[in-house]
Amino acid sequence: MERSLRGDSGGALLRRGNGIALRRRNGIILNRISQGVFALLGLFVLFVLARAAWERPSLFVSQVLNGLQLGFIYALIALGYTMIYGIVKLINFAHGEVFMIGSFTSFYTIATLRLHEWPMWIFSGIGQQLSVIVGTVTVIMVSMVMCAGLAVVMERFAYRPLRNKPRIAALITAVGVSFFLQYYGALPFAYTSNYITYPRAFDVEVYRAGTVAMPVVVAMWILFAVSVIAYVVLRIRGRQGSLRAKTLIRHPLLSFGLQFGGFLAVILTLVSVEISTGGQVWDLTASNVTLIIMSASIVLQVVLQWVVGSTRLGKAMRASAYDKAAARLMGINVDTVVAATFAIGGGLAGAAGVLYATAYRQVHHLMGIIPGLKAFVAAVVGGIGSIPGAFVGSLIMGQTEVLTAGFISTPMRDAIAFSLLIIVLLVWPQGIFGEPPAEKV
Amino acid sequence: MVSRLRKSAAGFIVTALVVFVVVQILLTTGTLNNFWRGIIFWGAAITMVTLGLNLIYGFNGQFSLGQYGFYAIGAYGAADVTWRWTNGRDPSGLVVVIFGCLLALGLYILLARFLRGFNRVTVMTQFTFYLGATIVAFWIAVQFLVPVLGPVTVTLLEAFPAALTRQVVFFAALVGGAALAGIASFLFGIPVLELGSDYFGIATLGFTIIVKVLLDNTDTVLPFPEMKGARGMIGIPQWTTWPWVFFSLLMVVIVMRNLLHSSIGRTIVSVREDERAAELVGINVVNAKIFAFVIGSVFAGLAGGIRAHDLAFLHPQSFNFVQSFNPLIIVVLGGLGSITGTVVTGFGWILLLEGVLRLALPQGFETWRFVIYPLVLLLMMLLRPEGLFGGYEIPYLRQKLPAPFKPRVADADTAAQPTSHVPVPAVSHGGADSSHEVAA
Amino acid sequence: MNGRPDSLVAPEERRVVLEVEDVSHYFGSLRAVHDFDLTLHHGELVGLIGPNGAGKTTVFNLLTGVYQPSEGSIRFSGVELVGLPSYEIIQMGIARTFQNIRLFANLTVLDNVRIAYHPYAGYTVVDSLLHTRRFREKETELTERAQELLSIFNLASRQDEIAGGLPYGLQRRLEIARALAAQPRLLVLDEPAAGMNPQEVDQLMELIHFIRERFDLTVLLVEHRMRLVMSICEWITVMDFGEVIARGVPAEVRSNQQVVEAYLGRQN
Repeated sequence: MERSLRGDSGGALLRRGNGIALRRRNGIILNRISQGVFALLGLFVLFVLARAAWERPSLFVSQVLNGLQLGFIYALIALGYTMIYGIVKLINFAHGEVFMIGSFTSFYTIATLRLHEWPMWIFSGIGQQLSVIVGTVTVIMVSMVMCAGLAVVMERFAYRPLRNKPRIAALITAVGVSFFLQYYGALPFAYTSNYITYPRAFDVEVYRAGTVAMPVVVAMWILFAVSVIAYVVLRIRGRQGSLRAKTLIRHPLLSFGLQFGGFLAVILTLVSVEISTGGQVWDLTASNVTLIIMSASIVLQVVLQWVVGSTRLGKAMRASAYDKAAARLMGINVDTVVAATFAIGGGLAGAAGVLYATAYRQVHHLMGIIPGLKAFVAAVVGGIGSIPGAFVGSLIMGQTEVLTAGFISTPMRDAIAFSLLIIVLLVWPQGIFGEPPAEKV
Repeated sequence: MVSRLRKSAAGFIVTALVVFVVVQILLTTGTLNNFWRGIIFWGAAITMVTLGLNLIYGFNGQFSLGQYGFYAIGAYGAADVTWRWTNGRDPSGLVVVIFGCLLALGLYILLARFLRGFNRVTVMTQFTFYLGATIVAFWIAVQFLVPVLGPVTVTLLEAFPAALTRQVVFFAALVGGAALAGIASFLFGIPVLELGSDYFGIATLGFTIIVKVLLDNTDTVLPFPEMKGARGMIGIPQWTTWPWVFFSLLMVVIVMRNLLHSSIGRTIVSVREDERAAELVGINVVNAKIFAFVIGSVFAGLAGGIRAHDLAFLHPQSFNFVQSFNPLIIVVLGGLGSITGTVVTGFGWILLLEGVLRLALPQGFETWRFVIYPLVLLLMMLLRPEGLFGGYEIPYLRQKLPAPFKPRVADADTAAQPTSHVPVPAVSHGGADSSHEVAA
Repeated sequence: MNGRPDSLVAPEERRVVLEVEDVSHYFGSLRAVHDFDLTLHHGELVGLIGPNGAGKTTVFNLLTGVYQPSEGSIRFSGVELVGLPSYEIIQMGIARTFQNIRLFANLTVLDNVRIAYHPYAGYTVVDSLLHTRRFREKETELTERAQELLSIFNLASRQDEIAGGLPYGLQRRLEIARALAAQPRLLVLDEPAAGMNPQEVDQLMELIHFIRERFDLTVLLVEHRMRLVMSICEWITVMDFGEVIARGVPAEVRSNQQVVEAYLGRQN
């Protein structure tokens, strides 16, 4: 109580003011130093990776491919997290469990119901390959529907009653739901607490030089080239003020072409061209599992972008995410929109579950926790609430994890994956694509 | 007023002492066997961890899932000190932990002074500098202080009678473990407390996972072969006794109570209520958050030391992040912002679930536990989201209501003349509130 | 314009409290405030008006460090505020209220005020951990000061009530009391009359006059109610689209054609 309430408000205060502010130097120098330290660390990591790439290029590239595969799976989970967070501001901890349920659903549809072979039963004359494709898609769809349903049920009975309560209540509930699903699975009559080997819906084919049909590779490059050209043209027209170009540039087919064409073209080319350095043949391979994961992930993500960007539902979603009360006043049924968001997020997580199980051939009742958390971290890294952010963040996450495990320190893989969150948030507090929260003061 | 406060304090202390003596007698006579002893100590440890969480989350509003990470740091830190001491009178753990932490603290103070002289210092910069200071402090401790102070410490401690030496080392280990947890939380808090509460939650969860991974690799990645990584640390002396447990818990409760009933406590709560408004009445919000976070983590670290020296065995799996939901559930069940609720629920949780139910229910219940708990939690959230105790506190822990205002006679001419009051006829809210001023 | 109406002769005997020079602020590419100037002398009561979205609240947020200005300088008693965090600005002596009341709704009336006294509590962490004699003395003193302030605002008898449960008008008053507890020399009030009926506005006007005298304050006021602004402010700055379009004593402003067009004209 240095200053009294009345009277002498001047002198003491000014002294205080001087103490606080006048002797300040500019902290930019210090900031530069710390940025330098971070940059040095980053360079060191790059150096380690570059050295690894230089010494064993084929190993490095194949690790990057593994990272891509993982990243695409994370992307599917992260999209659900980011959408749900965007619209109800809830970290749906149980999202990882939805992913797990997706895996188990597909496990049962394959192992018990043998649904992946259903075209063969009905149309006996159908070709083997077509049957496998249709069957696999069926399995994925079944899991997606199941998980969408589960997510909606979860929303309806666990989260909706709490929507007007403090946000923590819903968060705790999410933790509760998550635990329930995890440990319900461990019960003897559910999945049991053992690791279960997962039967794939299709046989693994490994592509290497010579086994990839050249026309496919060329087709991918053409798709990619056309998309890039279209993008550039539309970009220029858009700059010149064409509204049509500005709308078209966000067309889902364009982003599909860019992503699908780009990723597949590069990967297939890497695989099909025989590269050798220092007398060593790279012998890169890519399995159909990887390609299916990428394709499915890209397709679903583009569909999602289309739904959010161009449909009535998507508009309602964006409106509700922005301001629920106002959306309600505009005649939007916010409850339906939230349920739809959970359904979409759940469906994507279900698809991710199938793909993850297909890739890593194991299902377990706790398998959802760590991928779920990493996907959430990926969503935060990309900027929560942003769909491209979730995608990019997931790819970064996948690479970080795989490259760490491969070239820096295998046991520290999870630790570094989670440190990524802190490092990224130090540099971009809102995530890479995030927008600063508009706070009304 | 004073007498009312004194009465509640006296009541509290008498009750506490009675509990202390009764439990001590029961333990000495063997009425409470080792199983129940373990349960009670465990309950106390969990309660301390949860009180820390209540400070961070219940009072300061920062949703944290990191308590078990700090619990683990405290446990392993303290255990390493006593392990080294009991295995060949190696004082290095003691010296590094105690003097390293002191040195780090000193450097932090200097650094804080230094940084205050600059404008626009980013979070990243602060983090880098504080991290650098920590590394320097512990490097000095390991490289220079151990060879110099180590022998001195041994000679000093050996001069005491053996029983006393043991208690002194244990005390130092507990303090050291708690201090390590505090330093870790400070460093971790700088970058992540600036984030919103949800991000903070996920970041602290990440922290718990990072700590667990590090503990799994203490012998390979980190230079602590005695911790034996994922196989679990054995050979920790079983030094925890009831007085240590009881007085640690009592201290935690009193520290928390005193803190919350002070101006600093009010700033902590104001941050929970409205961060922006708090900042705009002149509260350094970041400091308040870091302060609450560090104190809460120190509690967890202390609990870790207590628990480690009761179990005599530490395994990374017991600090798995799944466990870190335990304190969260307890604090929510007990009532956010209620010290009483936390203590009762913390003990109740362990006594009931780990003690009574484990004995009473058939073997197969193990698998059902985590199916039932979440359901209870869900029902709880739906039916009584404010927790069992709500905001209830026993009298001693309750915020003392100040006496109604009576202007001091000496000031009456300047301050409290009715004429100098705001000329508000108080139409909109009735005349009820002006009666008091009239009396003045 | 140098931040004061040209028609007003600067009162030489009064210190300059606040000097805002050429401050601009952008939200992305949106220019919320452009080349804003303002000079306040000690003891003045100045109004800042303008149509919705004119940038008034942004100016307040720039003054109190919620936003950092993109350009320009803000000096308070000669000390540059740009780059300082909000809490330091407040501690230097600028206090504010909010357009939509932001009390600590779940805390008692007394605690709301006591929180704002925190920078002046005068005891350390160790004191509060141990509840030393110093702690008890200072805490009692702090509480008494808070109570004294509350009694000035006729809130003393409600000190133990939860702030969120007070009637609206009292919440406004409590917010002003809380701002004063931060011991400001400059008080900035953001639409203090929002949501008040005419009678309450009258009381508010008296209150503002009263606290200015009582606490020796300079007051800056954003307001929509013309009656309030015109009757109590010594001079007025009018903003539109982030720029100052007029300054002057109420009579001048009222007759200013630009102002009428931008603002008052729509009311006619």
